[in-house]
Amino acid sequence: MERQDAGGTTTLEHPTASDDRTGSAINSKPGFRSRSPQRDHSDDASHERLAQTLGWFSIGLGMAELFAPRTVARLAGLPHDHRWLLGASGLREITMGLGILSERRPAGWMWSRVGGDALDLALLATALSSAQGNRKRTAAAMLAVAGIAAVDCFASRHLSRMVGWTSDDGAVLIKKTIMIDSSPEALYLFWRDFQNLSRFTEHVESVTIYDRHHSHWTVKGPAGYRVEWNAEITDDEPNRKIAWRTTSQADIHHTGSVEFTPSPGGRGTLVRVVMEYNVPAGVLGASIAKLFGSEPGQQVQSDLRRLKQIIEVGEVLKSDGSLHGKGILQQRPAQPAGSHT
Amino acid sequence: MKANCWYGAGDVRVEQVPDPTILNRRDAILKVTSTAICGSDLHLYNGLMPTMKAGDILGHEFMGEVVEVGSEVTNLRVGDRVVTAFPIACGRCLPCRQELFSLCENSNPNAWMAEKLLGHSPSGIFGYSHMLGGFAGGQAEYARVPFADVGTIKIPSDIPDEQVLFLSDIFPTGYMAAENCQIQSGDTIAVWGCGPVGQFAIRSAFLLGAERVIAIDRFPDRLQMARDGGADTMNYEEEEVYDRLMEMTGGRGPDACIDAVGMEAHGPGVLAAYDRMKQAVMLESDRPYALRQAIMSCKNGGTVSIIGVYSGFIDKFPIGSIMNRSLTIKTGQAHVQRYMAPLLERIQRGEIDPSVIITHRMRLHEAPQAFAKFNRKEDHCMKIVLTP
Ligand SMILES: NC(=O)c1ccc[n+]([C@@H]2O[C@H](COP(=O)([O-])OP(=O)(O)OC[C@H]3O[C@@H](n4cnc5c(N)ncnc54)[C@H](O)[C@@H]3O)[C@@H](O)[C@H]2O)c1
Ligand SMILES: [Zn+2]
Ligand SMILES: [Zn+2]
Repeated sequence: MERQDAGGTTTLEHPTASDDRTGSAINSKPGFRSRSPQRDHSDDASHERLAQTLGWFSIGLGMAELFAPRTVARLAGLPHDHRWLLGASGLREITMGLGILSERRPAGWMWSRVGGDALDLALLATALSSAQGNRKRTAAAMLAVAGIAAVDCFASRHLSRMVGWTSDDGAVLIKKTIMIDSSPEALYLFWRDFQNLSRFTEHVESVTIYDRHHSHWTVKGPAGYRVEWNAEITDDEPNRKIAWRTTSQADIHHTGSVEFTPSPGGRGTLVRVVMEYNVPAGVLGASIAKLFGSEPGQQVQSDLRRLKQIIEVGEVLKSDGSLHGKGILQQRPAQPAGSHT
Repeated sequence: MKANCWYGAGDVRVEQVPDPTILNRRDAILKVTSTAICGSDLHLYNGLMPTMKAGDILGHEFMGEVVEVGSEVTNLRVGDRVVTAFPIACGRCLPCRQELFSLCENSNPNAWMAEKLLGHSPSGIFGYSHMLGGFAGGQAEYARVPFADVGTIKIPSDIPDEQVLFLSDIFPTGYMAAENCQIQSGDTIAVWGCGPVGQFAIRSAFLLGAERVIAIDRFPDRLQMARDGGADTMNYEEEEVYDRLMEMTGGRGPDACIDAVGMEAHGPGVLAAYDRMKQAVMLESDRPYALRQAIMSCKNGGTVSIIGVYSGFIDKFPIGSIMNRSLTIKTGQAHVQRYMAPLLERIQRGEIDPSVIITHRMRLHEAPQAFAKFNRKEDHCMKIVLTP
């Protein structure tokens, strides 16, 4: 057992799954997939500051909507039957605000703000057309949101170009790390058997092994949509690293690697995953993008957390609320599902 | 089965829901014999906790009889009588091995939600929002207990439910609040809040060697119960808390201060009104009135032990007072599993009788009335135990 001081606070490093800060630094490396390598950097800084301000605005408004829906509704002149919507909208604002503030290049979160603004405007427009609310106040609130929306839109477009998400090939880069209480040897063996991927990743449905270096992956997307590809191993260093990529015939170009490094102090093994998806534009591309939700990488982080559960406790823990998935929309009430399980 | 489900602020309903089943190999199913309503449940009841969903079963303080065990639970048998710890913990990850059970890394399937709000996720908790796992709670006829081999303690048949039920939460919680004060002999400890958690903090501070405990609240019955536990008391509506504390401690301040109030602090005066307004319109999820007072009152170099629950952000936090006066802050959801066995022994040795705080015994189907009563502290309500 490790030392720890009496009160339960601990001076040890955080071994939890975490957003890899160096990962987002890569994301924001100047020129990464950028279409305009000779940008003015002072301009970038001011757009980031703008994004930060909007981040705090999001949290403020979100808190107000969440914790005082009645007051906000009154201030915005909303009628009674629309007030429940404010709670949802509040949670969204807080999440986005935190998202914007915690990313080095918050383009993705900024776009989620634009989506949110549209939702707010729609909500307020409904209020305007209903007789019950206070029209003058609602109109004023709409003007304010519309103003913010314009600023959001401006900042998002700029940040997107900086990060390169809006590149024509729709590349997504993901880097995630987790600390697992096991040896690099055991983790390497577990991962090297690609069939295990379907045990802990939410979207890999099955992997068929052709030979030591070739396999076939079936990946499920939203609404029963399926993508399949052949993959080959490009680097295989026992107990240290595995890298793979889709073979040239695949529609999607995917490369990935996982590295296993013993952590200092014998605290387990650092598992580090890097993945890149180059998705063709169009319908297929949009569906693939949905695989990753609004924040690419969150999915991979949840997958790594499940890997940790399998290794450390033998299986993935279920809760009634998360039986159908971990996303906020897939949550069912926290009560037994009955025959449903 | 019947279960008490959350439907919104001020709205809980006892409904018919499916019986729980084993979902993981280390699960156990309990037939609940006693369950209690916690001050933490009031934060849900008052709509202050994000990520609740209509239909969520509430309750994290419960005990019962094992009726089914998963294939990997080797230390429990059908028929055993057990109390459950409110944090869900695997017992195997690094924090668990360090006995920081409420920080288990493997027990929150929805960890990403908590990460958004808190930076990192704590453990899952029974019946306490989707951000903390989306687990059904124990205010029900039956309950599923994940990691039951680590999260339960067996109770000998000769001890009644009411003596041991609070091992699930508030006794360990109050005890941890006092332990966090690192009490030296001769110490004076001030406790804000004389609810159930405050009552156990007062009694635990004496068990851990405090010379004097000063308890602060506004309800005469709660202050009386604090005096019964050996504390000197102060009604914050009748006295200036800071001034009075300085008078009692020779101007030095208490050696440690415990905040057993949490995010719904009530208070007189401008600052409290300011917090209410802030909570109502902008940028503040918690009302830190008692916490600020605890910080400002604490002696130089002393410890502020925060055991009341906070969920998000506060404003006007006196960081200057903390920094310049070398204060230590200790806090956390109680690491209940760490305390269950030693505290059961204290109960068996007769050092403490946890049942003294029970003021109301009601049936599970009366949960909506029970919540309303406890929320308004009506009828001298201190602690309600529900039986199915
Ligand atoms: N950390 C944990 O593990 C843990 C576990 C259980 C409960 N809690 C928390 O502990 C807190 C207390 O729980 P409880 O069951 O005793 O609740 P409770 O609501 O019965 O008690 C709170 C008491 O605080 C008093 N109070 C309010 N404002 C005050 C002020 N300004 N100064 C002094 N006293 C004030 C109230 O009058 C009340 O008596 C809650 O926030 C609860 O969520 C924490
Ligand atoms: Zn509790
Ligand atoms: Zn654990």
